Amino acid sequence: MRHHLILRVISKLVIAPITLFALYVQFHGDYSPGGGFQAGVIMATAFILYGIVFGLTQAKTVLPPWVVHRMMALGVLIYAGTGIVSLLTGYNYLDYTALSPHAPEHGQELGLLAVEFGVGITVTGVMVSIYYAFAGRPPRISDEEW
Amino acid sequence: MIEILINIVLFSLLVVTALSVVRMRRLFGVVMMSGAFSLLSALLLVTLDAVDVAFTEAAVGAGMSTVLMLGTLALTSRTEKRPVHSPAIPLFVVIMTGAAILYGTLDMPNFGSATSPAQTGIAQEYLERTPHDIGVPNVVTAILASYRGYDTLGETGVVFAAGVGVLLLIGGLRSRKGKREDEESDREKAPGTAPGTDAPKRGKV
Repeated sequence: MRHHLILRVISKLVIAPITLFALYVQFHGDYSPGGGFQAGVIMATAFILYGIVFGLTQAKTVLPPWVVHRMMALGVLIYAGTGIVSLLTGYNYLDYTALSPHAPEHGQELGLLAVEFGVGITVTGVMVSIYYAFAGRPPRISDEEW
Repeated sequence: MIEILINIVLFSLLVVTALSVVRMRRLFGVVMMSGAFSLLSALLLVTLDAVDVAFTEAAVGAGMSTVLMLGTLALTSRTEKRPVHSPAIPLFVVIMTGAAILYGTLDMPNFGSATSPAQTGIAQEYLERTPHDIGVPNVVTAILASYRGYDTLGETGVVFAAGVGVLLLIGGLRSRKGKREDEESDREKAPGTAPGTDAPKRGKV
């Protein structure tokens, strides 16, 4: 899409707010609608928009596939690891009271944040890598045919 | 009153979009219309005050899947083939399924009924306990990540498995190593000289 000047300028303007909004949805999820799943998808959308407008190779230099593949597993590990932490400190698996035994509410909130963060990373990783996988195959339809 | 009006408008737009998806032969338009369909369902969920679900529907249904469908479209064809069978049998199946679903809803409690299981069951307890148990205002997040933490761990696992599945099936993993990526771009330029390993695999599929 080398020749679409307007698209390129507008998407450059839009990508930063999308990323910011994803972070807002991620870390404000316990006060407002949203959470890890939604934030992950929105974050992935920013990278996918970049990929669509500037080309797949360009997107892959911004967010290399090996990073994305590791993000997929990292998120699940953060989630499961939060549970392991509470196991090790003598509580039930995924009982976030363990994170702050003297103020259970506070521990719960920390646990929520950690777990949602894990979900967000996995979802971002999966969505972007699915996009890479689809877009990486040689297309059969040329740009003009659309 | 205004809510009824909004519902009528949204539902009729939903039906119009669905019908246009059925009638359209250009797949690009079909993909766009299904994105619009998702967005309309997200709006309907907003009118039901299910903002978290609406959010997911808008992000995944209208955003992600539209992009993935466009990606698929680029790999296949841009127009739908004419059906070879008559539409009578599919129409019959759809009408019967719709009738069965409508029949099923007759047993459901009325919309907004205070005595429905959703209101009288465990939901009440969650709403009462969340403020002092968890201390976050968004009860949906509290249930999702704390009370039902195991479920959400499982869901994250499912998302992870889906990603791994796609990578294994359509070969996103191969491009991880730079050397092989070069090979692949060579192959794109000259399909005839493809180095052996990949061709038989595609043949099987």
